Amino acid sequence: MPHDLDASRRRALAQISAASLAALSPWALRSALAQGSLTMGVIYVGPKDDFGYNQAQAAAAAEMKKIPGVKVVEEENVPETAAVTKSMTGMIAQDGAKLLFPTSFGYFDPYMLALAAKEPGVRFSHCGGMWTEGKHPKNTGSYFGYIDECQYLNGVVAGHMSKSKRLGFVAAKPIPQVLRNINAFTMGARSVDPKITTTVIFTGEWSMPVKEAEATNSLADQGIDVFTMHVDSPKVIVETAAKRGKMVCGYHVSQAKLAPNAYLTGAEWNWTTAYKTIVDAAFAGKPHPNFLRGGLKEGYVKMSPYGAMVVEPAKKQADDIKAKMIAGNFEIFNGPLKDNKGATVIPAGKTMKQTDVELEKMNYLVEGVVGSV
Amino acid sequence: MRNSVADVALPVVALVAALLLFGLFVWLGGVSPIETWVLLFKGAFGDWFSWQNTLQRAAPLMLTALCVALPARAGLVIIGGEGALVLGGLAAAALPYGVALPGNVVGSALVCIAGMAAGAAWIALAGALRQYRGVNETISSLLLSYTAIAIFKQLVEGPLRDPATLNKPSTRALAEGLRIGGIAGYDVHWGLVLGVVACVGLGLWLALTARGFSVRVVGGNPRTAQLVGLPANRLILLACALGGACAGLAGAVEVAAVHTNANASLIAGYGYAGILVAFIARQNPIAIIPVAILFGGFGAAGSLLQRRLGLPDASVQVLQGIAFVLILASEAMRDLDWRAIGQRLRLPSGPAEVQMALGENVA
Repeated sequence: MPHDLDASRRRALAQISAASLAALSPWALRSALAQGSLTMGVIYVGPKDDFGYNQAQAAAAAEMKKIPGVKVVEEENVPETAAVTKSMTGMIAQDGAKLLFPTSFGYFDPYMLALAAKEPGVRFSHCGGMWTEGKHPKNTGSYFGYIDECQYLNGVVAGHMSKSKRLGFVAAKPIPQVLRNINAFTMGARSVDPKITTTVIFTGEWSMPVKEAEATNSLADQGIDVFTMHVDSPKVIVETAAKRGKMVCGYHVSQAKLAPNAYLTGAEWNWTTAYKTIVDAAFAGKPHPNFLRGGLKEGYVKMSPYGAMVVEPAKKQADDIKAKMIAGNFEIFNGPLKDNKGATVIPAGKTMKQTDVELEKMNYLVEGVVGSV
Repeated sequence: MRNSVADVALPVVALVAALLLFGLFVWLGGVSPIETWVLLFKGAFGDWFSWQNTLQRAAPLMLTALCVALPARAGLVIIGGEGALVLGGLAAAALPYGVALPGNVVGSALVCIAGMAAGAAWIALAGALRQYRGVNETISSLLLSYTAIAIFKQLVEGPLRDPATLNKPSTRALAEGLRIGGIAGYDVHWGLVLGVVACVGLGLWLALTARGFSVRVVGGNPRTAQLVGLPANRLILLACALGGACAGLAGAVEVAAVHTNANASLIAGYGYAGILVAFIARQNPIAIIPVAILFGGFGAAGSLLQRRLGLPDASVQVLQGIAFVLILASEAMRDLDWRAIGQRLRLPSGPAEVQMALGENVA
């Protein structure tokens, strides 16, 4: 242990002397700038190792650390209160950050927007917000991915693997982002067999492990045999379903490690693509990318590798559709589409492109979903 | 005066001990304790920026701690401040739906009063259940706070929802003029002043006024209070209502100064953190101020510690945990007679005496 102490003291001394040298000699500073150096801050609403939403962001932040000249400062478990404003201002004032990634949805308004107006020299990139030209500052932006494409493929695989023809979806809240995933998953499964239904339970919270476990158990009791979810940390659902001998499709990141014998595949974020675009622009001094969206084609999302138990026809159908999605000739939301109360939500002949912002306002559950908004 | 020396010395010694233990803890994890201590101080109290950070985090805790401390002085253990806070926030955000408010200080004050009324009613309900129906107030206040959160969500996601808030259900935002801004252009908002004023005001009320004294008598021994003719029920309800009003005010200030509307992020655990603050402050409203600042400091320092040393958030919770356990444990040393202990150490004592001393300690 004393070695460690010495080492860190030496490190600290080295840092101090390096810093003072840099301050003394303009050449050192200039060369540092020429090579490019950037401090970026990343803020998470939960733990960085949650097997979910936050881990997906942290994975991209870890990739950014590998870029020469980039320094990443991080903070986890920051609530959507004044605390996040303090974390952001701290990163700017105390760490010299010029690029911030406040990653939770609730950080956007009012916290990030208010601070961005006061700090025009700092770039802000938010995950999931609706950045709008003319309404929001130019030094802010949002990135998000069409992960419903992956949920559709999850559904295809689940549709092939299910024996009971009844699937389960444990969801946080009935908001557009979540409804879109439930619908895509269900439509994917019903493309295999139109008799399949998805039963959805909303827990009401982004992270509430007790309710998530209860929901999973109660769905399992009802004879549901393949699960997927949209909550911040799928860990409990994956583990509970596996314990009950059921199958799961993951979400956010791969949870295969948690249940290798139950994990079929999963819908994963690949935030590195978005982070890289944003960091590169900051490095090059190019305008801040304000509105980034992408799906499988753009590399914003990806699928977990198939589990050993996934049958060939499932892999084949999912891979075929994936290839079409990547080629840009597959749309999920096509008319005629009915909601689960029988009303037509997309008329016959109408196709909604993934980029259509109407889809980001979704407020219905499609035919085949058991549950209500 | 010996007591007030102990009042200050015991927590300070406990805090220093906690910092030393935390140093050992991080050192075992391979992080320099010196660097950690320096960062802890810098993050919490190092400069004006850090002070603002600390004070802003402390502001809501002062008010929610009062929601525990005031009923406690009347003899009730109320832990449902979270419910009063969320309903206070909800009432503050809902008021403009019903009445047109002037977009100035008067309007802001009305918004705050709405929050206080909602919080007061909620905690008074827990007090009334206990006084008139014999329901344990600790359990009922906790359960009532779950009920409050359910009501909050039902209304925010239902009738009061601003249809423009798609992915984060919220009420309509308060008009610009109703919001509470920063003090003299700083980040720290007026909620801090309200918190300090409430702590000092209620502390003086308890200490100096006849009504405050009556509340303390009821808290000390309700039977005696009734024997001397004090209206125990009314005094207990008053203490509960005042405490609830403070938590409700905290919710209203969070809405008017921070969130701008009522949404689920309001349920951030300030009510529960207030329980800890009040107990550390030994239910003394004035002592709540430094304890809340200490708590805010842990939050601010934890933020810097994560960013600079890459320590997980849990490490600061470890420090907080050690600190509070030691501060509470140090209370056990308050009643020790240090002179007697010194004498006993000098004079070898017989077994009978040791027995007696132990007996005294237990008592």
